[in-house]
Amino acid sequence: MQKTTKQRTNVDWFLTVLRVASLAVIAAGFAAFVAQLIDSDNPFARWANPDAISLTGEQFRGLVVTGLAQGSMYGLIALGYSMVYGVLGFINFAHGEVFMVGAMTGAITSNKLAESGYWESSFVVCLLLVVVLSMLVCTITAVVMERVAYRPLRGKPRLIPLITSIGVSFFLQNCVLALLGSTVKSYPDLPNWLTDKRTFLDVQGSKILVVLVAATAMVALWYLVEKTKTGKAMRAVAEDAEIASLMGIDVNRIIVKTFAVGGAMAGVAGILWGLLFRSVIHTTGFLPGIKAFSSAVVGGIGNLGGSMAGGLTIGVAESLGPLMILEPLGVSGPSQLRDAVAFAVLIIVLLVRPSGLFGEQLPSDERT
Amino acid sequence: MNMIEALTAARPGSGKTRAAAPARRRLLDQDWRRLACAGAVLAVGQVFIALTGMPVTFDRRLLIDPILSLGYLALLWLPPVVGNWVGREQVLEGMAAYAKGGRDVVAGAMAGLLGNLGLTLLVLGITHFDVRDPLVHWSPQLLGILEFDQSVWLGALVWPAIGAATGALGGAMHWMGDKTARTMVLALSTVFAAAVLESVIVDLSQGFHIEAVSDWLYGPQRGLTLAATAVIVAVAVAASAGFSWARAASGRTAPQASAQPDAAGAGSLPAQTAWRRIPARKLLGWAFAPAAIIVLPLFLGRLTNELLANVGLFILLALGLNIIVGLAGILDLGYVAFFAVGGYSVAVLTSPGSPRFDPEIPWFGALFAAMLLAGLAGLLIGAPVIRMRGDYLAVVTLGFGEIIRILLLSDWLSGTFNGAQGITNIPGVEVFGLATVRGFEPRSVLYLVLFFCAIAIYVSWRLENSRIGRAWMAVREDESVAEAMGVDTVSAKIMAFVTGAVLGSFSGAILSAKVGSVFPHSFAIIVSIVILVVVIFGGMGNIAGVVAGAVVLIGVLGGPNQPGLLQEFAEYKILIYGALLVWMMLQRPEGLIPSARRARELQANDVNQDAWLRAQPAGRATDDAGGTSDRGRP
Repeated sequence: MQKTTKQRTNVDWFLTVLRVASLAVIAAGFAAFVAQLIDSDNPFARWANPDAISLTGEQFRGLVVTGLAQGSMYGLIALGYSMVYGVLGFINFAHGEVFMVGAMTGAITSNKLAESGYWESSFVVCLLLVVVLSMLVCTITAVVMERVAYRPLRGKPRLIPLITSIGVSFFLQNCVLALLGSTVKSYPDLPNWLTDKRTFLDVQGSKILVVLVAATAMVALWYLVEKTKTGKAMRAVAEDAEIASLMGIDVNRIIVKTFAVGGAMAGVAGILWGLLFRSVIHTTGFLPGIKAFSSAVVGGIGNLGGSMAGGLTIGVAESLGPLMILEPLGVSGPSQLRDAVAFAVLIIVLLVRPSGLFGEQLPSDERT
Repeated sequence: MNMIEALTAARPGSGKTRAAAPARRRLLDQDWRRLACAGAVLAVGQVFIALTGMPVTFDRRLLIDPILSLGYLALLWLPPVVGNWVGREQVLEGMAAYAKGGRDVVAGAMAGLLGNLGLTLLVLGITHFDVRDPLVHWSPQLLGILEFDQSVWLGALVWPAIGAATGALGGAMHWMGDKTARTMVLALSTVFAAAVLESVIVDLSQGFHIEAVSDWLYGPQRGLTLAATAVIVAVAVAASAGFSWARAASGRTAPQASAQPDAAGAGSLPAQTAWRRIPARKLLGWAFAPAAIIVLPLFLGRLTNELLANVGLFILLALGLNIIVGLAGILDLGYVAFFAVGGYSVAVLTSPGSPRFDPEIPWFGALFAAMLLAGLAGLLIGAPVIRMRGDYLAVVTLGFGEIIRILLLSDWLSGTFNGAQGITNIPGVEVFGLATVRGFEPRSVLYLVLFFCAIAIYVSWRLENSRIGRAWMAVREDESVAEAMGVDTVSAKIMAFVTGAVLGSFSGAILSAKVGSVFPHSFAIIVSIVILVVVIFGGMGNIAGVVAGAVVLIGVLGGPNQPGLLQEFAEYKILIYGALLVWMMLQRPEGLIPSARRARELQANDVNQDAWLRAQPAGRATDDAGGTSDRGRP
């Protein structure tokens, strides 16, 4: 966006300093971490943090797998942000709450199934059922949201739908609070082969399941977007809504479908949250929503493959970042700062590379 | 609700061609699809309201002593609104409308009947099934409310009847003509206001030693008495009649005065002249209002003063955010960060209990430091985000707000900020040895808040009309054009951040002296959102609007951690704020009291579309932006 002919102002210098400084902090933290790995008495590592404890290989692997599992969940949520931004050019802030609605649906249905005993006897069937139900509820939520809150705002200044979506977000959150109460809803126990570490590569089975489910959903989405007529229409609308409508595409219908698909992906992600964390309350959607948005930005907003990759990046950064960057720098209690790290990643990415790592794909009128 | 409006507005050809003269329609000549749709929406809405538990929670609060509690009101307000909407007809440019008549009443009644059948189903459902597991309010208490503590069948039959009656009332508002409808709305809202303001009025009458008035107005268990309700209705009707008489009288002298305040939204010329007619009244107001505001707290009790002090804190915050969002058009979702900087810097500097660093300097010195630090924070948060796209900027500022809260909470900085335990023992404000402002004396806090509100209003007002204010508005309306006109957009935006931050820090500083302690959880993201709702509800970019927004919203509903007049709303507050934000954005994005320029900008698209639709001169199209006009809006 910056023109070379433009004079560099103080703000530009400040931004450059900030970019360099943030990257330098990351580099320093990482260097201290590596130095410590090589030799725990290394003077640089001692200087950075006198009482640092280095990670063992097992811990490291555990963190990476956790990061990947969470990251694939973020990636699925990010698809919703990315697709809507690609088509309509605004951030659907309430998408995180759609995800929460999915996780809630999952908690309620899986508990009902557990009460009747099916959850244990035929887990896979039950899980499929729960995923399908959650996708359904989330799709309905997303479509109703589009219809009631966003459709009347087509063509308004871009911040208007954004502000509306903030309202929708807090409305949905508190609807769930008012209807379902403020207690934590937990998922029933998972079967042993999912909680046991020994099933595969010393990694918890549930995390592998999460990655597998996310991968399946992603492949299905890829098929939908790349190989079907609806997908073609979606891409056309994302490319240029006006021209698409001239080509005989019902733009409103495609937008509804986009919301529906995004909602369905959020529904899958909600169940993945349930498998990973096993409990959900009405505020669950906020932080994963923000992190998923960061993922979409990191991957380049509007770029679906990028969103998934961005999700994995954010997930791994969030789980490794505090222990690899902050701990070696002598920050005490680094795991408390996990969420701050996620926000910091978003800010740094927007500072250093606002178009994302894999390039953004925006509607024609948003391109600059 | 208004998607249909939007759809019909978007397709001018879809309306039926009508005769030129208003014709009367038969009672059953209805748009059945629209009616069924309205009924279904109403049914879902009513069942939703019932299941959120509002009727049960609000039932404690009586509005009119033996007959109406806030809980029943929660179930009563929707049918007339939907009934009114069903009867509303889209009149497209160049097409004649049907005359209003009994048909609208029938439509309203039917929609209300259909909708409240939802409640009947709910009553029968609660008696026969138990789904209390996910739905916490599916309870005998709710059933008790829904069947009026009588029998199931009574409840099941009475609700549709109530729906039909209230829906018909809503539909009849089109029929009875503007004047009657306005009178009715005025009477109902006066009664509601009198009931809501109960604690303030009781407080005032005690202050003036006229307890007899409040004893007569309100029953022993709170709530207006029936006699008082009747008198209030009578007074409202008389006032309305007098008002419309005066309006008609002045209308004879100045024919343009009939312009509705609504039209001011479009910033049109007749509206401006209509406002310009009242300088004398305005002048009187300017002289009278400050005097009243200074004297009144002396006669108010603790609770009301406390309430007003909270309102004042949010006025300060909203004025600060108004500079960033309203004037400069930057959507800052992390405004709470500046509130936190103000609160924590005063806490650290004045409290003897601050862990690392406790200079215990007096409050005014700490305030100065807080202003500096907040300005610095504004600079540090503003500078990196200034070049971002507007929506990215919103999310990043939100991130900054959360980062500050997480850092305050963290072990890492608990050496300075004491983590989740917060900083306590913050002393009151010594006002130059004359008085001490402490939290347990709400009146003194209120005066301190009022003083700073006055400063903030003055600063906002002067800034708005200054060079930098015009630069902000230019940036808001079109950044590239502003840059082309020679406005230094970058420094203007950063100035907006810094000014907003300093105003926000006032509020934080007062809060920490008022409460005597600060905790990280007081600076959660929801505070930013509530301030944003206040600014948008009141009217972005308009000082009077922002102040009115804070008084209405914070006064009635309360802030995120502060109770308002309707304390029963506590757990539903954020639900209502969210719904209100969506509703405002859909119906009236320019806010309650819009700033003319902002409204023009927000309506720009409509105006363009209309100009295109009608192929008329743009000046004509600006007069009534919206393209379609709702006939018979109450």
